[in-house]
Amino acid sequence: MTKFEIRGLRADVLIGEDGRQEILKGVDLTINSGETHAIMGPNGSGKSTLAYAIAGHPRYQITEGEVLVDGENILEMSVDERARAGVFLAMQYPVEVPGVSMSNFLRSSVTAVRGEAPKLRQFSKELQGAMKNLAIDSAFAARGVNEGFSGGEKKRHEILQLELLKPKVAILDETDSGLDVDALKIVSEGVNRAKEGGEMGVMLITHYTRILNYVKPDFVHVFAGGRIAESGGAELADVLEAEGYERFVKAGA
Amino acid sequence: MTSPSTEPKAHSHGLGEIPFSKLATHGSFDVNDFPVPNGREEEWRFTPLRRLKGLHNGKAVADGTDKVEVDAPEGVTVETVGRDDERLGTAGFPADRVTAQAYSSFEQATVVTVAQGAVPERPVTIDREARGGTRFDQFVIEVKPLAEVVVVLNQTGTGVRAGSVDVHVGEGARLTLISLQDWDNDAVDVSQHNAQVAKDATFKSIVITLGGDLVRLSPKVAYKGRGANAELHGLYFTGDGQHHEHRSLIDHNVSNTRSRVEYKGALSGKGAHGVWIGDVIIGEGTTGTDSYEHNRNLQLTDDTRVDSVPNLEIFTGEVEGAGHASASGRLDDIHLFYLRSRGIPEDEARRLVIRGYFLELVGRIPVEGLREEIMAKVERKLAEHE
Repeated sequence: MTKFEIRGLRADVLIGEDGRQEILKGVDLTINSGETHAIMGPNGSGKSTLAYAIAGHPRYQITEGEVLVDGENILEMSVDERARAGVFLAMQYPVEVPGVSMSNFLRSSVTAVRGEAPKLRQFSKELQGAMKNLAIDSAFAARGVNEGFSGGEKKRHEILQLELLKPKVAILDETDSGLDVDALKIVSEGVNRAKEGGEMGVMLITHYTRILNYVKPDFVHVFAGGRIAESGGAELADVLEAEGYERFVKAGA
Repeated sequence: MTSPSTEPKAHSHGLGEIPFSKLATHGSFDVNDFPVPNGREEEWRFTPLRRLKGLHNGKAVADGTDKVEVDAPEGVTVETVGRDDERLGTAGFPADRVTAQAYSSFEQATVVTVAQGAVPERPVTIDREARGGTRFDQFVIEVKPLAEVVVVLNQTGTGVRAGSVDVHVGEGARLTLISLQDWDNDAVDVSQHNAQVAKDATFKSIVITLGGDLVRLSPKVAYKGRGANAELHGLYFTGDGQHHEHRSLIDHNVSNTRSRVEYKGALSGKGAHGVWIGDVIIGEGTTGTDSYEHNRNLQLTDDTRVDSVPNLEIFTGEVEGAGHASASGRLDDIHLFYLRSRGIPEDEARRLVIRGYFLELVGRIPVEGLREEIMAKVERKLAEHE
């Protein structure tokens, strides 16, 4: 049982040499393991900033608040310590790292998060199985990290990492964007496999309700103007589907 | 004394058969056609002349020896010839005084010939160990039509060396030339590679510069027929006090030719200086040229210096593609962020990204053993700087 808490979080995006702009204006949210929280909102409302700020992206700076994993403030940790503490961010735009092979990267990552190097044969079997589940050709293991991957291939590899690293909290930042329905199903199945057993909490950031047909949310939050503007159950997504974000865009502006 | 001519001129070296290219019209075989540089000339302004050990001002005396071992598979002949061999000097003029000095002063040359249609099962390897002193050398690599071959020029040891490598890639042939500058840290090496690429032929140059006090290497390419393709890949790892200078010239003097130039450098330590000059000319009246050149520099410490100058001259409106890019900087913090966000500690993430930077290019070397050898050398050099 894990409790993931965001308390009074404020953060700035850093622009150029010394510019900055406040994006997060006091975010409060609690996610228990086994729960899936959809964060929905208009473009530019700060959803991705929330994801990046929690993960420790260098372009964002937190100015106030706490992010706790079982009471421990991960904002005092380095980026890699946060990941090892069980926080995983599936990025909207995964980064290409040329020359570092996917298999080498995954082995390093799994070794770091699990605290010990997996046995080579066992790991290669595990990796092959996980890739097969996500319909990823085994040839990708030899390619550079995300190098020359299509948008959909990058998203699948984010979920591959999610399944291998088994985090306590998964933040999925618009994992559905740019996917066709087949790819969306494959990716959603991956998320649902990771959720099995109920030990992982999910923060599912999305602009569209489509993914929620495959990954069922327990709670839906509307994000607008850098904070959570409204919260409800799964039915809130239907309201948003019908009415759009207009009401919140006005309120947040 | 006349200055190097920029006009086409008559000569007796067989260059007359090829279409006008900058290789055929710029420069001279006679050292006396070039004034002694003072360092302010465009072509010399980045090079520390005082470290050339007299190569540029006539003071260098040829007194050095090399130990050369050649492994020539079937279909390949290797000869040592004298100055009068008619195959010498047929791929391009020496473009600067040092290269002309080498042409004026060399005594022996090595000629590698790959027979028509030959596809040797293993690379041609020329292991050249410089054993001190000064030497001027000429190499000729002639790949006959439809042959496919990899040639490795593996250069180690110490001394002061200048010369040319003349390359002819025959119609429909494929040559990968891997030139490894793994000199001791006090060596000086100034050389020019001249490639003439025939119709439908592919010339791939892989230049790896790790050693030397001063290395100045100028790969030049001209085309002899349509469908000719040249890819120039370079990697330099420039450490404390080293000067690594690469000056490529691609002359698209024929229609429907392709070129790719990608040079990547990593620099680390006080006084490390990397220079890349990338000239691409797309000739008058040509059509369908496809060209791109790219230089990247990874500055691992703040006390390094990079000069990166892409030059693109286009004399026609009918170009299929032409572009260039140059970027120099520190390790990308977004690369590091991505790896670290997966739990990988910062030190290890740095190591992965730096090695990846080298591997991206080394991975293209089509000889497995050589890839590993080069990465091992890179590892050793990295270890000095970590």
